[in-house]
Amino acid sequence: MPSRVTPILLVVPLTLYMLAFYALPVASMLLRSIADPSWTVENYLRLAHDSVFLAVSWNTLRTALVVTLGTLLLGYPVALALSRLRHGAAAVVLAIVLLPFWTSVLVRSYAWMVLLGRRGLINELLLSAGLIDSPLRLLNTPLAVHVAMIHILLPYMILPIASVLRQIDRALLRAAAGLGASPRRVFSQVVLPLSVPGVVAGILLVFVLSLGFYITPALVGGPRDLMLSMLIAQQVDLLNWPYAACLSVALLAMTLLLILVLQRLPAVRAVLRAATQ
Amino acid sequence: MIGRSVFAVYWLMALVFLAFPIVIVAALSFSSASYLTFPPPAFGVRWYRAFLGSREWLDSTWLSIAVAGSVVVVATSLGTLAALGLRHLTGAVRAAIGALILSPLIVPGIVVAIGIYYVFAAYRLVGTALGLVLAHTCLAVPFVVTSVSVSLAGLDRRLEQAALSLGATPSATFRQITLPLILPGILVGALFAFVTSFDELIVTLFLSGSGAVTLPRRMWDDLRFAIDPTIAAVSTLMIVLSAVLLLGAHVLRQRQATAQHKV
Repeated sequence: MPSRVTPILLVVPLTLYMLAFYALPVASMLLRSIADPSWTVENYLRLAHDSVFLAVSWNTLRTALVVTLGTLLLGYPVALALSRLRHGAAAVVLAIVLLPFWTSVLVRSYAWMVLLGRRGLINELLLSAGLIDSPLRLLNTPLAVHVAMIHILLPYMILPIASVLRQIDRALLRAAAGLGASPRRVFSQVVLPLSVPGVVAGILLVFVLSLGFYITPALVGGPRDLMLSMLIAQQVDLLNWPYAACLSVALLAMTLLLILVLQRLPAVRAVLRAATQ
Repeated sequence: MIGRSVFAVYWLMALVFLAFPIVIVAALSFSSASYLTFPPPAFGVRWYRAFLGSREWLDSTWLSIAVAGSVVVVATSLGTLAALGLRHLTGAVRAAIGALILSPLIVPGIVVAIGIYYVFAAYRLVGTALGLVLAHTCLAVPFVVTSVSVSLAGLDRRLEQAALSLGATPSATFRQITLPLILPGILVGALFAFVTSFDELIVTLFLSGSGAVTLPRRMWDDLRFAIDPTIAAVSTLMIVLSAVLLLGAHVLRQRQATAQHKV
């Protein structure tokens, strides 16, 4: 059996690597928010009255909320269908869900630029159908950000829900049906309650990822619909490190708070444990 | 019955929504037009030729492959070692190290990016391939550790114990029993590491400067000026690469499942 010393030795190289090239750099950057040049919390006090910060935070939260709702509405039925399909068909659906999942966010954002542009597919279709006279402004709007982000994050909602639905004991469904429940009732009283852990896990994933989105809103969003991550990048370009660090702490705090709250739910814990094992 | 067909139409439309943008980009990359237009007047490989004929695009492609390849080597070796160690650790040490290693999955990309940029700039690592490899490895490592850990969790410990009790040295046990059984997990981790680095853009935007322009960075720069169909061709190649790697990971996972069941 391996001694107690060996496991530690195996972990040391990666731990040192992560400390040197990731944790310490991020920590030292975040420290600029309270140590510039002397210790102060003034930056944080200023945030409370900073109208730009408040507006951008609100926009970030609202976007995350809309995207989470959108992925839930589109994703749940797909997950449900996935759990009911026979083996071959399920594999095809799963491939359609996974391919975009593996395709780079940049490529998928570009696809939406192509679709929503002034001379994009959607405008061309509407024009040739005679529904509009001049191209609609679709790109560089909040709508474009929402649609593209829902598209990009949809697999993150489908996969945890599908994995929970697949584990539901078929005997329960047969029993409910055998006792006279209509298909609708079997769904609302058996399947839906049992799928809640997957739904909560999906919501957690999509919401947390949405909060930090950068590439997609920068490409398909308008100059005025800033997300927190875009504001942070802007401040770094202006070399305003204390403010950028302060905003980073705020974004990180929102993310961690959300995870801590949702992680306390026992249902989520079970799914996360299953996912990490 | 009506309810069932409404449901079928609904989820099929959601699937179309998922696949449609990717299909359109692929179709468009074969357009013969000099700008993006619908429907394409004719089809051809003009934009693939433009890609293959451009020094800049090719340089970026090679740089991306070289960086991702290096990341695979560093992340897979460090990550596999750590996963092997982590499974014997318990309590607070395991929790703390696990949190450190997995946190890049949760911490917003922009925070990681500017943190690394903040320090790397001081060491003149901005604009170098080395800087990109060092940074991308941090982002790729969580996938390797997770994938190898999953393999190790499915491994029957009695096989290792049997080998040891029959007189095999720990290193022989590792080479002849453990390693072959977790190899698919290591390779899946390596695939993930490759994709993570190859597609990475947020950290790259800050670190690549003018000296280390990767493929996603060049696409980003071009997108800001014009939606050139060359990008559609590059995107399609990236989608094909994703599909191939996805298939590879799938095959490896299946092999892992059968290997661990057989023994």
